[in-house]
Amino acid sequence: MNLLTSLGLVASEEVLSGFGLLLLLVAAWGGDKAARTVTVASILALAAVAVMAVPSLMLSRAGVDVSAFDGQFAQDSFASYAKLLIYLGAAVTLLVAPNFFEKAGVYRAEFPILVLFAALGMGIMVSATDMLTLYVGLELNSLAAYVLAAMLRTDERSAEAGLKYFVLGSLASGILLFGISLTYGFTGSTNFGAIHESLSHGLPTGALFGIVFVLSGLAFKISAVPFHMWTPDVYEGAPTPVTTFFATAPKAAAMALLIRVCVSAFGSQTEAWQQIVMAAALLSIVVGALGAIGQSNIKRLLAYSSINNVGFMLLGLAAGTLEGVAGTLVYLAIYVVMSVVSFGAVLMLTDVDGNQVEAIADLGGLSKVKPGLAAAMAMVMFSLAGIPPLFGFWGKFVVFMAVVKAGYVPLAAIGIAASVIGAFYYLKVIKVMYFDEPSGKIGGKCLASHTAIVVIGCLFISPLGYLLTGPLGRLAESAVSALTHG
Amino acid sequence: MIQLLAFYLFATLVIVSGLSTILARNPVHSVLWLILAFFNAAGLMVLVGAEFIAMLLVIVYVGAVAVLFLFVVMMLDVDFATLRAGFVQNAPLGLLIAVVLVAELLLGTGAVHSGALVLGTADAATAAPQNLSNTAAIGALLYGRYLFLFETAGIILTVAMIGAIVLTHRKRGDVRSQNISQQNARRPQDATVNLKPGVGQGVEL
Repeated sequence: MNLLTSLGLVASEEVLSGFGLLLLLVAAWGGDKAARTVTVASILALAAVAVMAVPSLMLSRAGVDVSAFDGQFAQDSFASYAKLLIYLGAAVTLLVAPNFFEKAGVYRAEFPILVLFAALGMGIMVSATDMLTLYVGLELNSLAAYVLAAMLRTDERSAEAGLKYFVLGSLASGILLFGISLTYGFTGSTNFGAIHESLSHGLPTGALFGIVFVLSGLAFKISAVPFHMWTPDVYEGAPTPVTTFFATAPKAAAMALLIRVCVSAFGSQTEAWQQIVMAAALLSIVVGALGAIGQSNIKRLLAYSSINNVGFMLLGLAAGTLEGVAGTLVYLAIYVVMSVVSFGAVLMLTDVDGNQVEAIADLGGLSKVKPGLAAAMAMVMFSLAGIPPLFGFWGKFVVFMAVVKAGYVPLAAIGIAASVIGAFYYLKVIKVMYFDEPSGKIGGKCLASHTAIVVIGCLFISPLGYLLTGPLGRLAESAVSALTHG
Repeated sequence: MIQLLAFYLFATLVIVSGLSTILARNPVHSVLWLILAFFNAAGLMVLVGAEFIAMLLVIVYVGAVAVLFLFVVMMLDVDFATLRAGFVQNAPLGLLIAVVLVAELLLGTGAVHSGALVLGTADAATAAPQNLSNTAAIGALLYGRYLFLFETAGIILTVAMIGAIVLTHRKRGDVRSQNISQQNARRPQDATVNLKPGVGQGVEL
């Protein structure tokens, strides 16, 4: 593998970092007045790298070498699938951010740049086929995310969210690093392929500890129970566009990373991680469903909803089959769109002066004030609950199918039971919107960009989405096929 | 022979200066002893053939870290007498921790040497290249095989810097900053007046 081919394979990372550094200069000289220009340029950069990721989506493994820098980085169909979701999440964040921040004070030109660098880090994460690449990508993403959470530094809740995320995130990084060093010590390599090969001869106790620590560190990043404590606080405190970002792109990236680590690196010792993932999946589903019931803030509710959804995604991975992993990837794509719609709708909940309304009680009678918005919210809530005609059901369906096929019927049964509990709090929001007296808190105009995002997203999660089941399934299968060592 | 002599010289000095670091009454002296310890540790590194680490010790630890310590010690008004107040009281606890650490070290190395702990063997690609100096070997790996990670680490540092500036920098209204072009554009007639006050009359400016 010579250097030029390697550099060609990391082209999208080069474009993102080049754009990021260039726009940083624009921001330095233009100041906050250039913020909107920088945002538009950033969205264009994200679109460009998304287009660059498309050709390798359906890449078959045979014949084309996708591995760069001596197996540290892979630009394969799996990475491209995850990257498209990441770039989507980042672009939506940049679309909704300017108005929010201008309303809240000042829109800093550094915001879009940090989002770009975070997207770069996430792209590196999902392409990582080496523990070092994994860690470097994760840190790049995390550091940018800590700053984004604290972006409204005069707002106490935002500063608190940033600090909490930073302290707990550093702890998780430390745990992850400890796991990586143990894995390296007992397998002799940081390369996923070499770890796979080494573990196929047996599992030393030290390496088992390594697996546990690596999974714990990654579970923090996807906010799986028992590493979820930060999620509600950070989701509530962070500025809403940033919460939109956290709920979409980093979730997709960390989930894809976890899948790749489990299958590519630890794939020869499936039993070792399967029970950990299973426990995390069930706990996430149950805690996510029960924790959301008492919430009065819509962002906190969505945080618990995301914990719950992560549980369902982990369930597919816990099945331990490639079909289960493909199910998780399908779920992930649907989940990202549902998150985009739900937070897009939350951003549209403003009072007459354009200030954000976050309390669920204030949504009373939304169906009379803004019937369109209420319908969109209702649709996304039903979809998150997994109620059949909507597309959210399909994600749960493929995951449960894979779990049942792998022979874990009790696992599926508990999951389905918990999703019924989960339906309760989604329905509670709908009840408040449709059957309660108008609270008189909601008003103001909806912005065209928000409306467009919500409408397009709603079309995707509507029954029309089922037209996409075929292509989505094929993409997921093609992505998963890149994970096995051929 | 000269190597052995140098080893004992450096080793003794490291231990002496390390002890002096924690025993010196004056914190500034402590930092100076620490710098001496770093220099001697660097000497030990040269003796075992790790000249790159020796350079790092001198450049990073002496050049940056110790100087930073010195700044902190000299700038902050820390009352070291109160910090030391509980020394005798807490000494048993400190000794206990030291004993535990030493025991762990011995156990760890013992386990590896007795063969109870089977560590993985490093794959060929990560093995050290032969007949190259330390510095050249590390450089070849860092700018060759690990080029991508090295550059990404650079981006991480950039992001950390952006973050620090975004979170702490703000425009303050009460600061009078220097505007050089405005200063240069100022002419004598703008700033001075020529008056001829009569005797016994004040000047009104």
